[in-house]
Amino acid sequence: MSFVSVTDVWQRYGDRSILERVNVAVNEGEFISIVGASGCGKSTFLRMLLAEERPSRGEIRIDGGEPAVEPNRERGVVFQRYSVFPHLTVRQNIVAGEAFDTTWGALSGANRKAARERADALLKRIGLNHVADQYPASLSGGMQQRLAIGQAMTAKPRVLLLDEPFGALDPGTRLAMHVFLMELKAETNMTVFMVTHDLEEGFKLGDRVLVFDKPRWDPHDPGAYGATITYDFDAKDGGMPYQRILDNYPSLAPEAG
Amino acid sequence: MRLINRTPSRPMAVALAALPFVAIAVAYSVSSEIRLAANPSDKLLPAPSTIWETAIRLFTQGDRRTGEILLWKDTLASLTRLFGGVGIAAALSLTLGMLIGLLPYARRLLSDFVAVLSMVPPLALLPILFIVFGLGETSKVVLIVIGITPFMTRDLSQRVLDIPHEQIVKAQTLGASSLVIALRVALPQILPRLISNIRLSLGSAWLFLIAAEAVASDVGLGYRIFLVRRYLAMDVILTYVVWITFLAFVIDWALKTLSRRAFPWMEAGL
Ligand SMILES: Nc1ncnc2c1ncn2[C@@H]1O[C@H](COP(=O)(O)OP(=O)(O)OP(=O)(O)O)[C@@H](O)[C@H]1O
Ligand SMILES: [Mg+2]
Repeated sequence: MSFVSVTDVWQRYGDRSILERVNVAVNEGEFISIVGASGCGKSTFLRMLLAEERPSRGEIRIDGGEPAVEPNRERGVVFQRYSVFPHLTVRQNIVAGEAFDTTWGALSGANRKAARERADALLKRIGLNHVADQYPASLSGGMQQRLAIGQAMTAKPRVLLLDEPFGALDPGTRLAMHVFLMELKAETNMTVFMVTHDLEEGFKLGDRVLVFDKPRWDPHDPGAYGATITYDFDAKDGGMPYQRILDNYPSLAPEAG
Repeated sequence: MRLINRTPSRPMAVALAALPFVAIAVAYSVSSEIRLAANPSDKLLPAPSTIWETAIRLFTQGDRRTGEILLWKDTLASLTRLFGGVGIAAALSLTLGMLIGLLPYARRLLSDFVAVLSMVPPLALLPILFIVFGLGETSKVVLIVIGITPFMTRDLSQRVLDIPHEQIVKAQTLGASSLVIALRVALPQILPRLISNIRLSLGSAWLFLIAAEAVASDVGLGYRIFLVRRYLAMDVILTYVVWITFLAFVIDWALKTLSRRAFPWMEAGL
């Protein structure tokens, strides 16, 4: 049984079809890159994974659970912008990952102290400890995204959704963020979905690369048909196929015969 | 260089800022001089020195019968009404604005209603308020509340709606309930807006206050101005006007300072 299962999902807004017949099964710990033309429905797909909106047909389940009706702590998210709270300091933004899950949204006493210590440890880990008391607006774009990812991780989501998280960063910072994300992923074995416009980035980070496109096209009515997953590339091992075939079928090894 | 790119130097800037004030003062002194030269008992434009003496008398000398200094009594009465009205309006509009901005059900229920309400000219309701609440304090405070709450509510609810949706979604993925989103995400971000809203509304609040006091009252800054108008006591009126302006200025300045101190994150990016 796969960890995230997307079964025959359709999405339409009014009489415009955005997505149709989307089927995909994802194992726990897989990193899924999503690419496709602008406006083809990648963010829409992510919003449905997030349960921010529900598909007009089909269902999405995580670990066999009931389809969610609204966003919850199972699903973490980082958007291209506005993912951190501008009125909270860097440390408070991390602490919010624990505090917001309480009745009043705040911790007190020993809990608070412990949460702050954990936050400081995480900030050190993601290299933001020197700006812990600053507000996000005074951080660079790369630092803000690192903070956003750190904040999302604090809630220990089972699935992390990233919508063009590095789209607004310069190439150098982007590379640093790739390293950061790969390290984080190796540590946590989290399932990640990442939308990107950068194919190279998609293949570099992803275990699989999903391509969204419209298989049918009505020139008189562009909204008639929606996009779906047209390719599902195996991007492990630098995109070279069959690198692990011997793990799966040891009998194929020459000396085993 | 283009006009839009020319900026005055520092001394020039100060001089320019002072110019309109100086111009008014000079124009007044000259006109007053001319009128008093023609008719020494003219009451319309008393000499600046006369106003100054009247002002000192108003601020320091007690009433002949009771010994109370009327100006301070008026100030206290008016400020109590003003702060009462503005305080209630602020609390109301903050609550309503958050409800409308965050809850789709409250939005459907209230936003059109508030929009229509804000079209009602508050002063036209004044007689009704006097009939319903009597001539006492209540009707004056209520007039201020009715006068500024709808506008403040509309603005605040819009501000809540303007909070990027990403933030609201993000808070949910961190496990925040509606209450937590209201208290920890929306509220802190619109408090600065509430203060600038109060600053904008204070002008109207003063207007409603003075109108209500002028119509029915026995104490208050507006009451006094309209009372002494009968004796053409321009020196008293002018003193009161300057005093009210000064109070308004100080309140505005205090709110501005408070806002800057209390919300450092607003300026973090600048
Ligand atoms: N709530 C909505 N109501 C109506 N139409 C919508 C809504 N959200 C998205 N759309 C439309 O759905 C289509 C897909 O949008 P989406 O944001 O998913 O594209 P995308 O693949 O993420 O594009 P990009 O690469 O530019 O981010 C767009 O044409 C958009 O106009
Ligand atoms: Mg998108």
